Amino acid sequence: MVTSALTDARTAAESVVDPEMPMLTLADLGVLRGVETGADGTVVVTLTPTYSGCPALDEMRHDLRCALTDAGYDKVDVRTTFSPPWSTDWISDDGRRKLAEAGVAPPDRLGPRPASGPVPLTLHAPSRVVACPQCGAVDTEETSRFGPTACTALRRCRSCGEPFEHVKEI
Amino acid sequence: MHSHDETDDENVYDALASADDDGRWAFGTGFDAGTAEIDAPVPEGVDRDDLATYCLMLADDALVASQRLAGWTTKAPELEEEVALANIALDLLGQARVLLARAGHLGAAEPFRVGPQDDEDVLAYFRDDRAFRNVTLVEIDLGDFAQTVAWILVLASWRLALLQRLTGSRDPVLAAVAGKAVKELTYHRDYAAQWVLRLGDGTPLSHARMQAGLEAVWPFVEELFTAHAVERRLVDAGVAVDPTELRGEVEAVLDQVLPAATLTRPDRAAVGLVGGRGGRDGVHTEALGPVLAVMQSLARAHPEATW
Repeated sequence: MVTSALTDARTAAESVVDPEMPMLTLADLGVLRGVETGADGTVVVTLTPTYSGCPALDEMRHDLRCALTDAGYDKVDVRTTFSPPWSTDWISDDGRRKLAEAGVAPPDRLGPRPASGPVPLTLHAPSRVVACPQCGAVDTEETSRFGPTACTALRRCRSCGEPFEHVKEI
Repeated sequence: MHSHDETDDENVYDALASADDDGRWAFGTGFDAGTAEIDAPVPEGVDRDDLATYCLMLADDALVASQRLAGWTTKAPELEEEVALANIALDLLGQARVLLARAGHLGAAEPFRVGPQDDEDVLAYFRDDRAFRNVTLVEIDLGDFAQTVAWILVLASWRLALLQRLTGSRDPVLAAVAGKAVKELTYHRDYAAQWVLRLGDGTPLSHARMQAGLEAVWPFVEELFTAHAVERRLVDAGVAVDPTELRGEVEAVLDQVLPAATLTRPDRAAVGLVGGRGGRDGVHTEALGPVLAVMQSLARAHPEATW
């Protein structure tokens, strides 16, 4: 058996946690698009942002570089790609379970969307059922569409009274 | 190459400074965004200067709008609305950054170039008002909260219609930014539409202020549907969207929202172009200078500063 100080680069990159939702790894969140090792030993990691202005992207880049350096890779190149755009459908089942366990309501799965035609405007808040991650009640209300991070909305449970975050579907 | 060791994370400032081998520029990003698509080649048959200028137009719309919205921070009527407006500003800033980086990479055309190697920060902080190519709607004073939501409704409806069409652009950066932005703009439009509905169909006072807010925004709407020569050339090349095509979709949204909100469609003259030139040519209202002064003054007072 060949012994090596190098942990597999993909394993090292996938274990990095999200700076704003640390219950999730970048792999759970679905923002890690690729980990490749080039002929010269450079590890090229490709990331995609959740939102265009995601302020955590630079921290992710730093954390990835540190994790790979610690795993023995000296040459690391972290690139960002916008295409195809990230969707909450990319959050893994494991990630959804971890969100709920941490008190954050996971997003619904949106599935494929129509490719053409104007985006319809809904004038009344969508009647999406979001269960309270604390007590499980479905009688919850949206208090703000925009939350403390770009990915989350704020909700409140009418049954147990607890406020909670919801990873909003995009 | 930076070699990470345990001590880095013990000093938060060291860790920040070592993130990319060098300090971060104090007032901007100071690091290479490393976006995979930025250095994509110019599509065949497309004029490089035109493409750079078009990227600047769409970037400046988002950048100036973002700066205007940021002005609500610490001043919004409720904490939830402050968070919402800041979130919308952040999405727009993210869209602007990639487009500015693309424009800088292509080499912004004279007279909009600052130096030979403009990055997103140089283009944001060191261009003068005449070099900004945004539509004038995004630079106007936002007035009260009612005027702000009227402004977001118009801006987001128009930009959503534009960028949804742009997802089919032959330029891969424009297509990628558009594909991402469409989802964000849909949230912005929903947010604004719901507030316009709530205030318009609310108390006599909220109705009056909502109508006044809409009236204040209205003169700047017509420019959104005016095509610039650069846009027309790039439409022919399969890169840009013809803004004259967007009128129907934007008006359909307003026809859906305004009657439900018991508001009357304003009947006000458009702010005219000056000698046929408008925001897309760098001819702006007097409102742009103060916005840019707030955004740029610190970076200009301390150029090249790092921390």
